[in-house]
Amino acid sequence: MAVTVRIPTPLQRLTNGQGEIQCDGKTVTELLTDLERRYPGVKERICDESGKLRRFVNIFVNEEDIRFMQGDQTAVKDGDEVSIIPAIAGG
Amino acid sequence: MPLSNAEILRYSRQLILPEVGVSGQRRLKASSVLLIGAGGLGSPAALYLAAAGVGRIGLVDPEVVALSNLHRQILHATADVGRPKTQSAKDRIASLNPEIAVEVVQAHVAADNARQLLLPYELILDGSDNFQTRYLVNDACVLLGKPLVHGAAVHARGHVLTILPRQTACFRCVFPEPPQPDAIPNCQEAGVLGTAVGVIGSLMAHEALKVLLGLGAPLTNRLLVFDGMTSRFREVPVRRDPGCAVCGETPTLHELVAVDDVRCETGRSAQALAKGGPGTFDGR
Repeated sequence: MAVTVRIPTPLQRLTNGQGEIQCDGKTVTELLTDLERRYPGVKERICDESGKLRRFVNIFVNEEDIRFMQGDQTAVKDGDEVSIIPAIAGG
Repeated sequence: MPLSNAEILRYSRQLILPEVGVSGQRRLKASSVLLIGAGGLGSPAALYLAAAGVGRIGLVDPEVVALSNLHRQILHATADVGRPKTQSAKDRIASLNPEIAVEVVQAHVAADNARQLLLPYELILDGSDNFQTRYLVNDACVLLGKPLVHGAAVHARGHVLTILPRQTACFRCVFPEPPQPDAIPNCQEAGVLGTAVGVIGSLMAHEALKVLLGLGAPLTNRLLVFDGMTSRFREVPVRRDPGCAVCGETPTLHELVAVDDVRCETGRSAQALAKGGPGTFDGR
């Protein structure tokens, strides 16, 4: 068991086309570190140079926005589902 | 507003819905919607709202029809290439439903004209193609108290959110700041499936009808995410952000300001994005 991380379409180029990745970690930060280890280059798309979540990207743990939980220190456990949702503008 | 016999016949299949009825149809006839953008989202949305009998439809779009628009922008035809989208759209809507009024403005929505453009309408539907317009329209709707249906699509993915200003989460509550230019691929660079943008545009019109008629439960405080590759809909709960710059507890935005951004079909070079440096939300 691990945490399922859902990867949005624009980032799937970096995950060999995978839309869902099983990652390990106890917090969102640890998950992103593990994701970066598996697919180098992903994390800098989601976080800025100081490691903070970019302001146009939202992360949901089990459908709750981590901004309203403990941010990137939000705890995760086996079986949780994490979605990464960037803003889009096209029309 | 009374309905003519021709109108009763035209709208009969929706009139017989107990949730609509003659009173609902009259309500639609008396209503007005402004569509920002007559492109991939605005096309199906405008057609459905016109067909449903929304009495006054406004369209704002600065562009002319290009051949590369036609795979998704179903308001426009091959013979319209080179014409202003607003004119093409007006003709198409008039041929579909001559009972309604169509008002068009060929312009960009900007900080200095947004208020004037939005004010005469009851509900706003944002089908624009760039973050600058999206934040501006969101802020204008919050400041003016206009319900807003937000929709966006790129590649095969889309979002829809209905916003009731100061009651439900606005676009800024969900995404506090726009990405830096080049951070997010647009339609021109990433491509878009016409059917995916059609799904989102149709949902936007659907939400607008529901809000105008007071039907069911609007898509508020829930961001609907469509993944066209798996044909899955997912929704994530969103909520008003007390720190929101426009509708939070201590707002910092009290008037409209421009956000720097670039547009979808301006012919901009994709080279900057193709480099895919840090800060670019794209895997290339």
